[in-house]
Amino acid sequence: MAYSNKVLDHYEHPRNVGAFDKDDGQVGTGMVGAPACGDVMKLQIKVGEDGVIQDARFKTYGCGSAIASSSLVTEWVKGKTLDEALDIKNTAIAEELELPPVKIHCSILAEDAIKAAVTDYKQKHGK
Amino acid sequence: MSQMKLPIYLDYSATTPVDPRVAAKMIPYLTEHFGNPASRSHSFGWEAEDAVENARAEVARLVNCDPKEIIWTSGATESDNLAIKGAAQFYQSRGKHIITVKTEHKAVLDTCRELERQGFEVTYLSVKDDGLIDLDQFKAALRPDTILVSVMLVNNEIGVIQDIDTLGALCREKGIVFHVDAAQATGKVVIDLERQPVDLMSFSAHKTYGPKGIGALYIRRKPRVRLEAQMHGGGHERGFRSGTLATHQIVGMGESFRLAREEMASENERIRMLRDRLWNGVKDLEEVYLNGDLERRVPHNLNVSFNFVEGESLIMAIKELAVSSGSACTSASLEPSYVLRALGRNDELAHSSIRFTIGRFTTVEEIDYAVALLRDKIGKLRELSPLWEMYKDGVDLNSVQWAAH
Repeated sequence: MAYSNKVLDHYEHPRNVGAFDKDDGQVGTGMVGAPACGDVMKLQIKVGEDGVIQDARFKTYGCGSAIASSSLVTEWVKGKTLDEALDIKNTAIAEELELPPVKIHCSILAEDAIKAAVTDYKQKHGK
Repeated sequence: MSQMKLPIYLDYSATTPVDPRVAAKMIPYLTEHFGNPASRSHSFGWEAEDAVENARAEVARLVNCDPKEIIWTSGATESDNLAIKGAAQFYQSRGKHIITVKTEHKAVLDTCRELERQGFEVTYLSVKDDGLIDLDQFKAALRPDTILVSVMLVNNEIGVIQDIDTLGALCREKGIVFHVDAAQATGKVVIDLERQPVDLMSFSAHKTYGPKGIGALYIRRKPRVRLEAQMHGGGHERGFRSGTLATHQIVGMGESFRLAREEMASENERIRMLRDRLWNGVKDLEEVYLNGDLERRVPHNLNVSFNFVEGESLIMAIKELAVSSGSACTSASLEPSYVLRALGRNDELAHSSIRFTIGRFTTVEEIDYAVALLRDKIGKLRELSPLWEMYKDGVDLNSVQWAAH
């Protein structure tokens, strides 16, 4: 299967790979997917006092499109408020990476990962 | 150091290149000796017929049977269809039960599914975790109304060799027709149909350095096995399979099987050395699992799961190697390999598998390159893997509540 240049770029040079301490109060962690389905994404956001996402990290087990989708969203969420981050839609991810129809689920997973990370952060702060 | 060409082909079980000696032998049968082997009235036809019969004799010689027991088909898929449907339909008055195995090729499994739609009952046997059939389970599945058993000799994904001598003897005892798909076996394991209790055997040329689009079916004469033809027409191939014979393809298959017979012993030694070199190069990495038994296996195949690394992304990372993955994430189904699932491999391991198949033109240099590349990329992908991180943190992945999607 042919991958778009953008997928290849993110795959070969993934942005913001790594992990934050999940017990850090500033950090929200979202893990979505399942090994049974062939992809698991872990997305972490670090949120400032002002409610703006300062930094993000990811780790992904999955195909090239899954890795690229999660790498892309770590770039996109930075500088956004939590609510702005929740507005990132899978269709925008799929469009940016030119994902073929069989890989749309990778972009859905990335959207879900953002939601899960934001939810985790909000829960920590009793929101 | 010789110039190494990239990408390196390590997918010989998908198909093999046509050996240049085979191609050279085929070409005159396209241009000069183009006659129809069924033409009885002139030398063009006689010449083509001679070539077809010589090729038939070569195929028969590789598997030690009578050339009269070999008929030409378009490939192993057609041979499997003809053998299974043909035998089931001919013998259905005796019973309508068929036995096959979950790890068979789709050409067998889908044919059995079709027979189920036609009112036959099929038992799909499980395999042990080494990929081999459990004999007791096999015996227990045999019924008075069982008319046909179909078992592959060499598995296409994991390369394990089933004990067809024992299975065939059990079938023979009960008068059950025994079909064996040997598409992956020719030139890799010794086949002796004079001795082995097999009634029908499917062959393919393009897995053994011959051309695509040609195969053969062995149909035993003593004791005689009968089939209902699936292709009707001019009554070619003694009525079993009508259609003008593809002389050049047949010549290619004959030559490729002749070479297989002559070179098999030395070639297998060399390939085993390469396969062991590949396995020894990666097996000391953490969390690496061999799929299928290593001993009862053709030397060409190495199927390995690199735990916590997804197969498709690994294939992308090692794009200098042409290999295949047991992870079918490229299809819409997201289903991992049904063969590895049948071995009882968990989902992570099934999704993390790579099949390396080595062949006639693989070199030591290529294997060393592959080992170095794998070691580097697996390390990189694991740095990226949340599952690897959890494993390193001592988290039991089975205890995690996954949000399946």
